[in-house]
Amino acid sequence: MILSFDIILLVFLVVAAIISLSVKDLLSASMIFGIYSFLICLLWADMGAVDVAFTEAAVGAGVSALFLIATVYNTKRSSSD
Amino acid sequence: MIAKIYATIAVFITGSLLIYGVSDFPRFGDARSPANAGVEGGAGSISEYYITKSYADTKVPNIVTSVLADYRSYDTMFETVVIFVAGMSIFAILRTFRSGAPLVENFRKDDSFIDGDHQRIIVGTTCRLAVPVVQLFALYVIAHGHHSPGGGFQGGVLLGASYIILALADDLAAALRRLSEARYLMLAAVGIAIYSGLGFLCMLLGQNFLDYGVLEAVFRTDGPEMARSHSMLGVEIGVAATVMAIMFAIYANLASKGTLKKAL
Repeated sequence: MILSFDIILLVFLVVAAIISLSVKDLLSASMIFGIYSFLICLLWADMGAVDVAFTEAAVGAGVSALFLIATVYNTKRSSSD
Repeated sequence: MIAKIYATIAVFITGSLLIYGVSDFPRFGDARSPANAGVEGGAGSISEYYITKSYADTKVPNIVTSVLADYRSYDTMFETVVIFVAGMSIFAILRTFRSGAPLVENFRKDDSFIDGDHQRIIVGTTCRLAVPVVQLFALYVIAHGHHSPGGGFQGGVLLGASYIILALADDLAAALRRLSEARYLMLAAVGIAIYSGLGFLCMLLGQNFLDYGVLEAVFRTDGPEMARSHSMLGVEIGVAATVMAIMFAIYANLASKGTLKKAL
């Protein structure tokens, strides 16, 4: 674990989480959620949990972001609140 | 607006409670924490047992795989069942067999998603080139899960993703020609059948459910350790089959609103 690397990752993680919650365009929100998953994946790898990082990269950043995009495509694109 | 304020207050209270709770945790990597050193005065810790004995027990170098697929095999089996049930619920909610009338209505048609044919060619060609690489890597991940990070879940997700990429490259019909609905529903069930079947085979041979050591006679290995290693591979293949089928099923039903006709 490298402390400065951790701090950068955590700051980006919080920023990505806040943006994905606050952005009105749901397509952007789901893509930023994918970025969030990828940052968590990097954190897992950084902490030595390589198996978990692999799962997070495949499921979180890959497939679940895609599921969200497919859902956005079939409902509506902009958030009402 | 007022609901939002209440929600924010609730989130802050829960968050600060969680952060307060974290202060009780042992430091990261602390050798004297209960997980690493065991309870004081009690038996030694379970992680120490796994780290020192799991290779002798199972002949699997990757401790994570041996814990997930052997020591905690019951957990993994029902995790697979959870994925299966999730896929089946999405199938039950979304899948519609009436033509032209999807259950979920399109609120607002937003055609800005599809940018035109010229982009479709670039995306399509890239995706088609990626599919065989992804599938080969997925098979490697499943087969090599004993020695390196990976295993059934990751490999299954990658396999499912390769079919999703195929659906994105052309259209859903192209992917469904290779993995039809009947086939993926069957694969999902077959995966669990492989997993629990191995468990029941152990019972038939007079051992506990999912106690692989007794499968020595079936696999004709030198000892129960190699039998465990081989059964773990079998179990991983079962998990991969279910996960792959369910990932593709969820995508196909979500993207086409359950009609399996026109998708993204």
